[in-house]
Amino acid sequence: MSDRKPEYGLLIDYEYCTGCHACEIACAQEYGWEPGMAGMKIIEVVEPLPKDKAYLAYIPFPTELCVLCARRTKQGLKPACAQHCMAAVIKHGRIEELAKEIHKPRMVLWAPRP
Amino acid sequence: MAQKKREIVRTTTWSAGPGCHGGCGVLAHIEDGKLVKIEGDPDHPWSQGRLCARCLAMTQYTYHPDRLTKPLKRVGERGEGKWEEISWDEAFDLIEEKMGKIREEYGPESVIFGMGTGRDIPPWICMLAYAYGSPNVMFALSGIACYSPRIAAVETVQGDYCVLDASQWFEKRYDDPRYEVPECIVIWGYNIPATCPDNVFGHWIIDLMKRGTKIIAIDPRLSWFASRAEKWLQLRPGTDGALAVGFMKVILDEGLYDHEWVERWTNAPFLIRKDTGKLLRASDLVQGESEGNFVAWDAARQEPVVWDSANVEYKPPEAIPALKGTHEVTLADGKEVSCWTVWDRFRDEVDQYPLDRVSEITWVPQEDIAAAARLYAKSKPAAIHWGVPIDMTPAITPTTQAIANLWCLTGNLDVPGGNVISRHAFDVVAYALPGGEAIIKLDDAEAASRRIGADRYGPLREFIWRAQPDLVLDQIFTEDPYPIKGMWIQSINPLAGIGLDPKRWLEALEKLDFIAAVDLFMTPTTQIADVVLPAATFLEKDSVRSWWVPLQTVNKAIKVGECRPDIEINFELAKRFDPDFQWETIHDLFDEILSPSGFTFKELQEKGWAFPEEGSSSAPYHRYERGLLRRDKKPGFSTPSGKMELYSSLREEWGLEPVAHYEEPPFTPVTQPDKLEKYPLILSTGRRSAVLFHSEHRNIPWLRALDPDPVVEIHPDTAKERGIGDGEWVWIENWLGKCQYKAAVTRVVPRWMVMATHGWWFPEEKGEKPHLFGTWRSNVNLLFPMGYQGKDGLGTPLKHMLCEVYKVGGGEKENE
Ligand code: SF4
Ligand code: SF4
Ligand code: SF4
Repeated sequence: MSDRKPEYGLLIDYEYCTGCHACEIACAQEYGWEPGMAGMKIIEVVEPLPKDKAYLAYIPFPTELCVLCARRTKQGLKPACAQHCMAAVIKHGRIEELAKEIHKPRMVLWAPRP
Repeated sequence: MAQKKREIVRTTTWSAGPGCHGGCGVLAHIEDGKLVKIEGDPDHPWSQGRLCARCLAMTQYTYHPDRLTKPLKRVGERGEGKWEEISWDEAFDLIEEKMGKIREEYGPESVIFGMGTGRDIPPWICMLAYAYGSPNVMFALSGIACYSPRIAAVETVQGDYCVLDASQWFEKRYDDPRYEVPECIVIWGYNIPATCPDNVFGHWIIDLMKRGTKIIAIDPRLSWFASRAEKWLQLRPGTDGALAVGFMKVILDEGLYDHEWVERWTNAPFLIRKDTGKLLRASDLVQGESEGNFVAWDAARQEPVVWDSANVEYKPPEAIPALKGTHEVTLADGKEVSCWTVWDRFRDEVDQYPLDRVSEITWVPQEDIAAAARLYAKSKPAAIHWGVPIDMTPAITPTTQAIANLWCLTGNLDVPGGNVISRHAFDVVAYALPGGEAIIKLDDAEAASRRIGADRYGPLREFIWRAQPDLVLDQIFTEDPYPIKGMWIQSINPLAGIGLDPKRWLEALEKLDFIAAVDLFMTPTTQIADVVLPAATFLEKDSVRSWWVPLQTVNKAIKVGECRPDIEINFELAKRFDPDFQWETIHDLFDEILSPSGFTFKELQEKGWAFPEEGSSSAPYHRYERGLLRRDKKPGFSTPSGKMELYSSLREEWGLEPVAHYEEPPFTPVTQPDKLEKYPLILSTGRRSAVLFHSEHRNIPWLRALDPDPVVEIHPDTAKERGIGDGEWVWIENWLGKCQYKAAVTRVVPRWMVMATHGWWFPEEKGEKPHLFGTWRSNVNLLFPMGYQGKDGLGTPLKHMLCEVYKVGGGEKENE
C-alpha cells in the first residue's frame, strides 16, 4: 500500500459519459500503450430495473496505467483524456477542489494514484 | 538528445481516416514530415478540442503496414491476389486505355462510378464521371437508402433541408444571444456512437442536455438516449411513419399546432379536385393560365382565388383563403367540380390513425405516444434529430414527410433551438445535393436521360442525380437497355459493407470488363479490381468543406508513400477524358467552388474558418419570412408553390401519394405471418460502433481491441430459450442466407428483436478468392435482398427483416 496521500484526481460526470472510447485512445496515443491498454477503461453497465426496465451507463475507470498526465498538467494542458472527452465529463484537479464541484448526482471522484 | 523540431498543422477532419461526416478542428503534430500525434483544436468552434477515438488513432491508420502506397495492377486471375506495383503514369495510361475503349464501344454510360458514404470525395467522383460522360454515379446501397432520400424528401416539401439547431451557425456557439437551447429534442432512431451524421457533431446534444434539454427517444433498442429520456418509445422497427402520423393526430386533435403558421406558410388552403383527386390548377379554371399556379377558396368573396406561385401571392393579395370546406368550382370547360382543401384532405389522412391503431402498428402504448407528442408540441422551442433508420425503409418519403410536417405544424422550422435550415455555408456547393445547384454538374441533358432509373422514378429524374443501384445490379446481368462494362469504385466496399445480397454483387463485378478501385487498404472489393490506386487520408490533402457551417479548408500536413488525394487522381483522369475540362489546377477548381463566399482557397486557408453573416441565406433564422431562401428574394420557400407543401405537388406530378402516411414494410411479422414459425425474430442491423465506421477500421489495432468481433445482441430471455450463452457463436439465418456472429446477451434489445452489426471482414485473414478476408462468414447482408426499394426508387427494408438464431454446433461448414 502506498503511504502517500493522493493530491490530484479526476472528477467524472458519468451521467453523460456516452461510452465513445475517445478517452481511452487519447491516453493510448499520449503514452503509446499497446492495443487493449490505457490509463482509462470504459465499463458498460446494463442495469436491470423493476418492471422489465433497464438503465445503460458507462463508467470511465482510471486504471493502474493512469499517471494523471502530470507532464501535460504541468504545462497547463488538460489531461489527454479530459481534453478529448467527447461529452466533456472528465475534469482534472486537486481532490479537495474537485470534491466541492460535486454539484449533481451521478458523479464520481477518482484518486487513482498518489 | 536534441529535441526534434515539431510543427503543428491546423486542419479539419473530413475522412478518409476517422470515416466521418463532420468537420472537427485538429492539430496535427508533425516531426520530420511524419505525423507523431493528433489532437483536437481547443479553439475550434465546431468541436472545442474534442476528438473521437477513430480520429485519435490516426497515427496507426496513416502508417499502417498494410496501407496501399503504390498503384497496383492485377497480374493473376481476378481475385487471385496477384499484383504488380506500377507507376502512376502507367496506372493512368492503363485506365485511360481500358475505360476509353469501353466508352468507344458501348458509350460512356456503360461505366458506373461508385461512391460510398458522404465525405469530401463525391464531388470529385461526379467530376470524373461527368468528364468521362457517364451520368451513372451510384451510391451502392439498395434504394440509395442513406441520407439523400431524406434530403430529397424534405426538399420536396419545404425546398430546403434542415437540421437540429445546436448553435453551430455562430462562432460563440451556445453563448450567442441569438441562440436558444431547445426545451426538448426528439432523438428519432439515432444513437450517439454514430457520432456525426447530418453534419452535426453528435455530442452537441449532450452539451444541450447539460443545459436542460429534455429527450424523447424513439428507438427499439435501449440506447444511451433511451436510458436518459423523459419519454422512450420502443417502437417496432419500420413503423416510424405510423408513429409520426400518430403524433400529428394528437397534435391536431388537441389543437397543439401553430394555426397561424399553417395558414400563412403551408399550402393547406389549396383546393384539391374530388373528381381527379389532384390539386386544382389555375389552368383548370381559365384557359391559358399557368399550370404552376394553384387555387384556393376566397372566404371574403366566396369565389376561387388563384395563387400565383412565381410571385408567391394570391391574386388579389387581399384574398382570405379558407382553410376548410368543400366548394363547387366551375372549370374553364364549364364543368362543375367539387373541391376540398389540402387541409381537409390532410386531416382526413391523419384521422386514419387513431392512437389505438397506431399503438397496434408500432407496439408502443397509446398513452406513451400521446404523452410524447404533447411534450414535443408544448416545448418551445423543440427540435428533432433523426438517424439513418428513417431512410432504411421502402416508404422513406412518406415517413420523412410525416416527420417534416411535425416541425412545421409546431412552428419549429428555422427558429432558434428548432430545426434550422441548413444551407451550405455561403452557398458554396461543390456538387449538387438533391434539388440543388452546384459547380460540378452534368450539363448534357441527353446523357442525363440515360441515367439508370431516371425513366422510372420521378425523384431520380429531376432531383437526385444518382443511378438507382438496385436497377444497376439487374442491368449488369440483363444488359437492358444497355450493357454495363466497367466500374470505377472509389472508397466503397460493396462486398463487405454497402452491398445487400453481396454474393450477387460479386457475380456482377466479375462480369465486368474493367474495374478500377481507389482505396487506402485492400478490401474484399478491391481484390476483384484490375487496378487499385492508393488514396490519401484527410491529413494528406487540401480540400474545402461547406457542410453546413463553418466554411473551412482541409490542409495538407503530410505525405505517405505515393498515395494521392482522391481529387488529384480524379482531376488527372478527368483532364484525360474530357478535352474541354474547365480547370487548369485543383486550386483553380477550389477557388471557383469557393467563389460565392468571396474567399480564395489561400485566403480561407489562412483564416481557418468563416461563418456566414447575419442576412446571408446560409445564416439563421426565419429565412422564409425574410426572403432569404428564394432566388427572387420573396418571402416563402423554394418549392414549386413557394409554400411548405403539406400536399406535395411534385409527388403528385410523379404519380406518388402526395401526403404523409404509413406503409407496412415487406418483411415484418405483419406482412409475413407464414414465415414466423421458422423465423420468429425481427432482425435489425446497422447499429453503430463507437470505434469502427461501417466496414473500416477492422485493421487499426487500438480500435479493433475495443470492438474485436461481429456481435449480435440478443435479449437474455431469447438467448436462454435457445440455450445461447453470452459470447458464444451463433448462426443468424433466414430464407436468404446465414452468417455467424458472437452473441452479446443484453437487455438493450427487446425479446422480439436481435441487432447484428454490419461491415465485417477480417483484414488479418487471407484476401484472395474465395476467402476474401473472411467476408462471407459474418456478413449480415447475406440475409437482405436487393430490389425492394420504395415506389420512388428510394429506401430499402434494412432495419426490419426476419430471422432465427441458434448456436453454432460445431461440424457445420463455414460460409464460403
Ligand atoms: S489522466 Fe492522462 S494518464 Fe490518466 S487516463 Fe487520462 S490521459 Fe491517461
Ligand atoms: S471520452 Fe468521455 S464520453 Fe467518451 S467514453 Fe471517455 S469519458 Fe465517456
Ligand atoms: S467522426 Fe465526428 S468526432 Fe470524429 S473526427 Fe469526424 S467529425 Fe470529428
